[in-house]
Amino acid sequence: MESRAARILLRAATYVVLGFLYVPLLVIVIYAFANTRGQTWPPDGFTTEWFSVAFRNHAVRSALWLSLKAGLGATALALLLGTAAAFAVHRFRFFGRETIAFVLVLPIALPGIVTGLALSSAITFGGQVFGLSFGLLTIIVGHATFCVVVVYNNVVARLRRMQSSMVEASMDLGADGWQTFRYVTLPSMSTALMAGGLLAFALSFDEIVVTTFTSGAQTTLPIWIFNQLRLPRTQPAVNVVAMAVILLSIVPVYLAQRLTSETGGALPGAARERNV
Amino acid sequence: MVVRTVPAAERMAGRRRLSAWLHERPRLRLILLLVPPLGWMVVVYLGALSLLFATAFWRIDPLTSAIERTWGFQNFRTLVHDSVYRVITVRTVGISAAVTVTDIALAFPLAYYAARVAAPKARSTLLVAVTMPLWSSYLVRVFAWKTILSGGGLADWTTRHVLHIGSLQLGASNWAVWLTFCYLWLPFVILPIYASLERIPGSLLEASGDLGAKAWTTFRRVIWPLALPGVVAGSIFAFSLTLGDYITPTLVGNRLFIGNVVFNFVSGTANQLPLGAAFALVPVAIMALYLLVARKLGAFEAL
Repeated sequence: MESRAARILLRAATYVVLGFLYVPLLVIVIYAFANTRGQTWPPDGFTTEWFSVAFRNHAVRSALWLSLKAGLGATALALLLGTAAAFAVHRFRFFGRETIAFVLVLPIALPGIVTGLALSSAITFGGQVFGLSFGLLTIIVGHATFCVVVVYNNVVARLRRMQSSMVEASMDLGADGWQTFRYVTLPSMSTALMAGGLLAFALSFDEIVVTTFTSGAQTTLPIWIFNQLRLPRTQPAVNVVAMAVILLSIVPVYLAQRLTSETGGALPGAARERNV
Repeated sequence: MVVRTVPAAERMAGRRRLSAWLHERPRLRLILLLVPPLGWMVVVYLGALSLLFATAFWRIDPLTSAIERTWGFQNFRTLVHDSVYRVITVRTVGISAAVTVTDIALAFPLAYYAARVAAPKARSTLLVAVTMPLWSSYLVRVFAWKTILSGGGLADWTTRHVLHIGSLQLGASNWAVWLTFCYLWLPFVILPIYASLERIPGSLLEASGDLGAKAWTTFRRVIWPLALPGVVAGSIFAFSLTLGDYITPTLVGNRLFIGNVVFNFVSGTANQLPLGAAFALVPVAIMALYLLVARKLGAFEAL
């Protein structure tokens, strides 16, 4: 269809854009090993010294720990809420069924500052009324709110592909509702749940705006990085943490992609939810 | 073994009774499934949003500096009359539009190559390659550009020693903000354009060629109109994500954007929550308008 010249031009443009996408990530990896104090190019030499400096940094370790706790908490909540919503939408017909997906995607579709500001004024308000205070719990509540949609989308997609004859056969063979769920529905959903959970974790682990508004004085890893980046001179340890964060967010996503690759993959669809 | 089977059997019978009881009550099952997620979203999120919306119409008592819950349009009046906010809004919308157009121009060739030229195996590799940066930490990707564009960084080095045009001094400028945003949202624009291009039947392009259309005419009259929903869908991401962002302008820019002003109003000692809430509604209103137009253009089918 396309002429030879057009194909060559398109291929060249593709490589240029791919370069644009990957050079910055490569730069981060190079600086993690760079033996320079500033961010000048090219680096004077290479060292692994900053890895031990970053690891020994108490603030980094406690920020990482808080991020992991918040991520796990938000993921657990999102798995429960997202799966329940997916089953309700898939198995039943009811008034307002079409708006469920809309409401779930809203926290991620609106600008992060709107979601964050809304949650923070609600927490302040709740603080006056119920004695709620900013901390790990409010971070988890905020993160879970925008993570639900990733789990929901993965589970709903899997339920749509599942044959209802499997459930019917199980019931015909005398299994009760719980047994059917435990031995038929759950096993065929497990990879979708894993994928949804991993994506939710990656989303929570990387979140900064909503966290800024819901964490109070607590510092998660993205907030630690942000605070460092606002300083006039960045410490070399930040480069190491940045590289570690890239790996920590890409690995779960890669696993999620592998888990759902037989059903089209979670990535292209999940990209839609990847708003910041 | 024998001793343990009796309570197990009893437990199982109980579970069966419960399961049968639930089976006869689909409404109850629906309520049990729906109340936790919906209750969460309504109480935690929609409640919070409504509170924010209400706050935009409240004011700060100048004496006690506490929020006074009297309703009025004074915050919106301030936003309209004070030229500072107009300038900031125009700047934010302008950069958002520039980012959107640039991203479409960058995304289209790659999306076209992936959808219609590349072999199936290369195609899926390309898609994963495009999606991966999306998931590799937003903050780190901004940091990468801050590093590249700062004085003495990779950009300076390239313009000085490779291109020999001297330093462009891009660090902390609107150019840096534009470039970083283009980088951040590019995958979001590529994917829907790819999806819409992939759906065009090859026979349409052949028919256009058979009827005597040159490549450019086929592009203009066949490909572009069919790809438009995908292009608009991608533009929604690029535009809306830029509109509400304040982290990138804080780190690589030197000018205020809507998000920065909102953040400054509500954080620290500023204590201007009502005015901040009102200004935060501006990007939401702009996006609502944009989405209405996008729906007319059929973008939602391409999402």
